Amino acid sequence: MSARGVVLAGVGGQGVVLASAVLAEAALQSGFEVKQSEVHGMAQRGGAVVSHIRYGDTVASPIVPLATADVLAGFEWAEALRWLPYLAPGGALVVDARRIVPPGACRDHRRWGVPYPPLDPTSIAGRTGAVVLIDATGIAGTLGNVKAANSVVMGAVSRFLDLSDAAWEKAIARFVPPRTVDLNIEAFHAGQQAETLDPADIPELGLDPLPERHYHIDVNEAWCKDCGICPSICPEFCLALDDAHRLVVVDEEACTGCRLCEVLCPDFAIRIVTPVGAQGGAR
Amino acid sequence: MTTSMIETRERALLSGNEAIARGAWEAGVRVASAYPGTPSTETLQALVTYEDVDTRWATNEKVAVDVALGASLGGARALAVMKHVGLNVAADTFMTAAYTGVGAGLVIMVADDPGMHSSQNEQDTRLYARMGLVPLLEPSDSQEAKDFTKLGFEVSERFDTPVLLRSTTRISHNRGIVVLEDRAEVPVGGFHPDPSKYVMLPAYARGRHPVVLERLTRLTTYAEELVTEEGADTRVGIVTAGVPYQYVKEVLPEARILKLGMTFPVPVERIRSFAAGVERLVVVEELEPFLEETLKAAGIHVEGKAYFPRTGELSPDLVHDGFAALGLVEPRSSAPTPPPTVVRPPLLCAGCPHTVPYWSLKRLGAVVTGDIGCYTLAALEPLATMDTCVSMGASIGMATGLAASGGADKPVVATIGDSTFLHGGVPALMDAVYNQADITVVILDNGTVAMTGGQEHPGTGRTLSGEETRAVDLPALCRAIGVDDLHVVDPYDVSATLRAIEQAMAHRGPSVVITYRPCIEAPVRIKDRPFWVDADACTACQLCMNLGCPAILWTSETFEGRRKVTIDTEMCTGCTLCAQLCPPRAILPVQEVGS
Repeated sequence: MSARGVVLAGVGGQGVVLASAVLAEAALQSGFEVKQSEVHGMAQRGGAVVSHIRYGDTVASPIVPLATADVLAGFEWAEALRWLPYLAPGGALVVDARRIVPPGACRDHRRWGVPYPPLDPTSIAGRTGAVVLIDATGIAGTLGNVKAANSVVMGAVSRFLDLSDAAWEKAIARFVPPRTVDLNIEAFHAGQQAETLDPADIPELGLDPLPERHYHIDVNEAWCKDCGICPSICPEFCLALDDAHRLVVVDEEACTGCRLCEVLCPDFAIRIVTPVGAQGGAR
Repeated sequence: MTTSMIETRERALLSGNEAIARGAWEAGVRVASAYPGTPSTETLQALVTYEDVDTRWATNEKVAVDVALGASLGGARALAVMKHVGLNVAADTFMTAAYTGVGAGLVIMVADDPGMHSSQNEQDTRLYARMGLVPLLEPSDSQEAKDFTKLGFEVSERFDTPVLLRSTTRISHNRGIVVLEDRAEVPVGGFHPDPSKYVMLPAYARGRHPVVLERLTRLTTYAEELVTEEGADTRVGIVTAGVPYQYVKEVLPEARILKLGMTFPVPVERIRSFAAGVERLVVVEELEPFLEETLKAAGIHVEGKAYFPRTGELSPDLVHDGFAALGLVEPRSSAPTPPPTVVRPPLLCAGCPHTVPYWSLKRLGAVVTGDIGCYTLAALEPLATMDTCVSMGASIGMATGLAASGGADKPVVATIGDSTFLHGGVPALMDAVYNQADITVVILDNGTVAMTGGQEHPGTGRTLSGEETRAVDLPALCRAIGVDDLHVVDPYDVSATLRAIEQAMAHRGPSVVITYRPCIEAPVRIKDRPFWVDADACTACQLCMNLGCPAILWTSETFEGRRKVTIDTEMCTGCTLCAQLCPPRAILPVQEVGS
């Protein structure tokens, strides 16, 4: 048998590495040569995590070559998209409908944001074989622990691999914490049975960029006594005291119009001017 | 993975690091010393689970090699482990250990990080082998990682030399099947004083250099024994080693390959005869054109880096592209571009005690020299409060220099973790006090080596094997060095931390702020009562968002056209930082829901 390739992708803390150890062990139990490769380090701490597993009669490269993975499992939607180039034409995409939106992914006045991609399998139509979109996190929660979502995903992955349930169960029992073995095996079987969701049933995040607005920070220099309250509270660091201890507006562009400076100024010396025609406005 | 599990199985799935630990144990290693560093860290963590090995964390990599060399001279097989940049720290001893030779076998395992998954550079350890004239073994999978470790001890004793064992991220963090064997009991040989060999006075060292060169000649011949040749193609021959060998096999399973087990010294004559049997010779190697340049210098015509990148990791795809450019295979069909997805940089954890010191520095305005650790992430948005990060302990000396330059328009502050401070920061702080540098040093003391997964260090009071020991008292150490302006604060107290750093920055001359609070993840995961956001009270000022806490998330609700926030209570550790900052007091402990 030529080597099979599986790519597991998610976010630090989702159990990607544990799931890949389970798959590698199940393949070992089944008598195959196995190689599994992952990257630690900076990948943890909320960053993207990916693990490659290859098994077969012989395996050379520990990394799955591009466009050859039999299965790509996304523990989260955006991470599934990231590693899509590894999936073979016609390969299966298994993905948890969970969306983990990093803080930088919301462009609300932030200059460093990149929006979260819409959960829309039609956006990748023609690039995969079967698409299994499941509510793994929800299923695991129903079973009693959302952390078992990785076992639910692996249950769905197992549909596309030729490894016996006995091998999977033995591997799960070996790697998950002892008290959670039954739960994880139950979660695994739930993943085997899990129904594919209709993307239309998944609510939108509601995090589309808001209309961009600009503000003017109006300091009445005659009233300001340079006390330093507003620069110490401004969330966006728009205000500062200069070397002469005088209040200066250093970054008006970053102002989000929160008006903390205006509200907290003991001397009514600072005012945020909302642009004409902006929605919302002062309360 | 516990010892019992490994020992009851004939074949086990081991990472390269676990396999190296296993190999060292099977070889009868008695003393092992390391400083944690990705991707090498798990080696000693695996070795400590075996019996009959004295396994210990060192203060830094130089101390690790010193300890291992000392143990070797005492007649015990010894192992030192580090990441590639650790060898820079250990280079002083390493270069002269090449002259002293060994007592019992001495293996120095160095894990390179091509692609810099978790490193500040991607230097190639093979160049150190050439500089030190020390043999280097390069495994290509977990089985070889174990086998070459055992072989390393034999080579070390046979040729009276330290041996480098070069791993890479794809060896260290790749699991593969390993056949397990028993431990060989190698008795301790005892220390046999020999000043002409172990006391490197100039007069004695002059006598050793020719010995090293003569040894190198014998090793070059020996390296031929570690070569494997396969395939029958006479058109193209491929010279490779390490994990690139696996990529070559992946792309061209039937290729004519000469695989080297020892890549320094290079078995040039063996390669010359291989070259004579093929029309074209190609070298596939990661990072530097090390073999390629050696072969070219020997007058062997060879192609290499013209087809394979010199930067980053190789992969089966890059090797395929190189072979396609050489006309050996059809080009890959170009994959369609993936749909755009979100950028997901790593973040400081929810409840990370490093958050507020950096938030304070951003608030106060400073030129901040950083160091190596989790807190390097403070260089990224939204904290974005780090101006330099170069090497272990460099923050303090660089701050001293920046202050001396007169070119910094703001106060200069060095930020350094507790383990990094003990590793390489202490001499620099002495220098700052000695030369009365006008800097502030913030020691971010979280009581662990957090970046590599929470290891013990000399300041934690525990050893690698979990035994209690004396802990370095950081405030007392700073006072002993001569720091007069010393502040110790809890970084969960936002105003106290801001105040302490502000006062220290105002002090003329060197000042130190120690922010002490245990890491949220290690040695135990801390989870207190979580907080929630009262959406009716939230004015969407987003002040909390600038902490960069991953538990604070955006919502679809807005206030005056700005987006409100919410807290993921599963992730929230209850650190209270955002609640301390929230101007409308909209962030409350969960139990107050409905009250």
